[in-house]
Amino acid sequence: MNQFFLIAIVVMIFLLIFQIAKASEYVSILKGEEKSRKQTNRVNGFLLIAFLIFGLFGVWWCNDLYYGKTLFPQGSASYEGENIDTMMWITIIVCGVVFFITQILLFAFSYKYQESDKRTAYYFTHNNKLELLWTGVPAIVLTVLVVFGLKYWFKFTSDAPKNAQMVEVTGHQFGWEFRYAGRDGVFGKKNFKLTDPAKGNPLGVDWNDEASHDDIHVAATMHLVVNKPVKLIINSQDVIHDVGLPHFRMKMDAVPGIPTTLWFTPKYTTEEMKVRTGNANFVYELSCDQICGKNHFAMRGVIIVESQQEFDKWMVSQTPEYTKTLPGNNSAPQADTSATGAKPVASLELKK
Amino acid sequence: MSNETILHDHVTGAHEADHEVHEHHHHETFITKYVFSQDHKMISKQFLFTGITWAIIGGLFSVIFRLQLGYPESTFPWLEDLLGHWAKGGRLDPEFYYSLVTMHGTILVFFVLTAGLSGTFANFLIPLQVGARDMASPFLNMLSYWFFFSASIVMMVSLFMQTGPASGGWTIYPPLSALGDASEGSKIGMDLWLTSMSLFIISSLLGGLNYITTILNMRTKGMSMTRMPLTIWALFFTAILGVLSFPVLLSGCILLLFDRNLGTSFYLSDIFINGKILPNEGGSPILFQHLFWFLGHPEVYIIILPAMGIASEVMSVNSRKPIFGYMAMVGSLFAIAALAFLVWAHHMFVTGLNPFLGSFFVLLTLLIAVPSAIKVFNWLTTLWRGNLRFTPAMLYAIGFVSLFISGGLTGIFLGNSALDIHLHDTYFIIAHFHIVMGVAGMFGMFAGVYHWYPKMYGRYLNNTLGYIHFWVTMIGSYLIFWPMHYEGLAGMPRRYYDFSNWESFKMFAGLNEFISFVSIIVFSAQILFVFNFFYSMFKGRKLTSLNPWGATTLEWTTPLKPGHGNWIGEIPEVHRWAYDYGKDGRAFISQTEPVGEQESKH
Repeated sequence: MNQFFLIAIVVMIFLLIFQIAKASEYVSILKGEEKSRKQTNRVNGFLLIAFLIFGLFGVWWCNDLYYGKTLFPQGSASYEGENIDTMMWITIIVCGVVFFITQILLFAFSYKYQESDKRTAYYFTHNNKLELLWTGVPAIVLTVLVVFGLKYWFKFTSDAPKNAQMVEVTGHQFGWEFRYAGRDGVFGKKNFKLTDPAKGNPLGVDWNDEASHDDIHVAATMHLVVNKPVKLIINSQDVIHDVGLPHFRMKMDAVPGIPTTLWFTPKYTTEEMKVRTGNANFVYELSCDQICGKNHFAMRGVIIVESQQEFDKWMVSQTPEYTKTLPGNNSAPQADTSATGAKPVASLELKK
Repeated sequence: MSNETILHDHVTGAHEADHEVHEHHHHETFITKYVFSQDHKMISKQFLFTGITWAIIGGLFSVIFRLQLGYPESTFPWLEDLLGHWAKGGRLDPEFYYSLVTMHGTILVFFVLTAGLSGTFANFLIPLQVGARDMASPFLNMLSYWFFFSASIVMMVSLFMQTGPASGGWTIYPPLSALGDASEGSKIGMDLWLTSMSLFIISSLLGGLNYITTILNMRTKGMSMTRMPLTIWALFFTAILGVLSFPVLLSGCILLLFDRNLGTSFYLSDIFINGKILPNEGGSPILFQHLFWFLGHPEVYIIILPAMGIASEVMSVNSRKPIFGYMAMVGSLFAIAALAFLVWAHHMFVTGLNPFLGSFFVLLTLLIAVPSAIKVFNWLTTLWRGNLRFTPAMLYAIGFVSLFISGGLTGIFLGNSALDIHLHDTYFIIAHFHIVMGVAGMFGMFAGVYHWYPKMYGRYLNNTLGYIHFWVTMIGSYLIFWPMHYEGLAGMPRRYYDFSNWESFKMFAGLNEFISFVSIIVFSAQILFVFNFFYSMFKGRKLTSLNPWGATTLEWTTPLKPGHGNWIGEIPEVHRWAYDYGKDGRAFISQTEPVGEQESKH
């Protein structure tokens, strides 16, 4: 019943607007079309300048409401991201100046030069000096932006520092997998044809490569060390995904068949961020930023940034994936089920 | 061809056409006049009608998915009545949410803002403004529309498939779009999408070749290229962009069809999906992105150039003042069109693109800001010391410039690869391209419709409805898209069905609701326009003068309702450029008037 009322009201509003529109047309004919046209012109001229004033107020108000919810106030959570914030501010200032000047001129001219019987339009076809000026100035300003932008761009896309921790990220419909290289610091080789979750090999790791035997695989949550550069090696198993790290200002596609990389240095631990943002539930989230199917919006990963000690403690509590598969693997004893610090090494030695 | 031959051709052409007009008076049937018409004016109306139909559908889709975004907790039982199993219990299915997003993009970008905008105005204005009886090939022109119509039918059919229409986003990146296992929308819906787009590309090529040929070869005597109105220049560059870039998309689509149906591996490699290991190896999904964006980027200029041309023309006429810097306007159109081909990879900064290569795309992308800035400053100077008449068309032209500034400036953020890393695929980009391409494109189209409606139907649109339509749309567009920049700066990803599980993004629930609410109002205002459009066709105020806006261009020298052939008798000869407004104290001097001896030079 409510719906019908709603529809009825909407229809009534439409009819009302239509009747007003029709009536105004008759009125304008009665009043004299030229006269009413000039009146409408003044009304619209006024509305244009009102739009400018309310618009500028709206820009301020919107900023007041939502600036606090952007990532600026909390600052970049990675050292590299700070460059992006700097760059962003430079661009906002440059573009902001242009925005206000041009929009104010646009609506102010519209208001000021609205039709008047007292004025005739000024026949002004071109002026080379003016045109050179507004070709040259934007070109110079843009050069500055390009130079800054590329400086940072080459910094982000250069090789990661030598001491960077490596984490392999694999996206699939609809989740994230993370692999650490283990004690030897080398990832075991992979071959997508070996992928078999039922046999405990969801990433398609080649167990014949001994480097794989101490590799740690965890799903959904990635642990990182604060102040230590991390290099992500990004893969996808099925469609294109994207590793979106808004707090670190980083992003890179996960492309099946073509590994990509991305590196940054976390600046604050998760605990520190809870304080900085004043949000006790704060977590670093990894969002999939490339449409990947029906649960794209739920393809969430969590990143825990912690101190080296906490990280080490967590790391030793993990069992290598290879060890987990051993019970089904005839060549190995069934002992390695409990998770202790010595185990990754033990299993590695065992295989040798 | 020498001038002599052109003239000669035109004279004989004129006689034949006269003859035709006379004959058609007796023989024209409903079918040849309204359906399989070869008259460019009728074809343009066909494009416009189909465009309007698609705009309503595409707009409605956005309203439906905005309901989900704005009111994620609510259910809408009527949605189930409308969509059946796609909205069980009145809540949109995620799969179908993505279908709606995909279809909204495809429909608006290709069917409304390409076919509806340049299809309508290139067909309507080119022959009328350059002084030709019709297009170079009226028959190909008719085919162009009917290919578009069949593309529409195929796309429409895909909406009713059991597994739904395509749902991988309007950019249909494989492997998502290549594998039926990856999503429901990548089953039959995707094949239909590709078929429909292929038909659409054919339509676009037939149309584009015609536009180019007509502009180059069929201008009336005296209509040198530099005397053409800016609308024609804009439509000319648009057609060139389309002809050079659409075939690349066609090849991309065909390879994708092969990958889908014939087992090839152009875009596929190393895939494990749904528990299956696929045999494909050696393909590259990135290849598709290159092919797609080689069209996809020029495509956004295909949308915006005609809008620029229309805004320039409308603004000059209603400022009663020549467009400022005509040659700079033409030059900047040319620069934009040329650069359009050299910037496509700026959509791919985060795909793992070679950073060195990426740096060239940064440079070339930001270079586009220079011709864009020239255009904005020239528009502003056109308004300066004018005598402005705020017809609805003029308001839309002013609104276009405002949106072009707002959206263009955010392009400077996104074109800079360092910033793009953070902003890519967030609501920032949604705000950017909706303002600068979507809404600005629509504003150009509205300006054109309000301005040339009297020439199309011999009647005016209702002014009051026009003003209400303009102000609601103008204010609403900014209310919808301006705050989205803030969501983007918070890293909120686009194409998400629901944000409530995300600690980082859920604080925008109130804003999302507000945006959805405004979008419903703006959509209703468009219905008002559609109503105005059809009502005024029959009941609108009749024209009392052949040249209601006091414009200089040739279309206003035709009879009130020009027949097929446009001019009775000879095609008028052109003696001057299209922008003699306010010269020597005269309100305007038609292009057909010879230059007087006492006249000042500019």
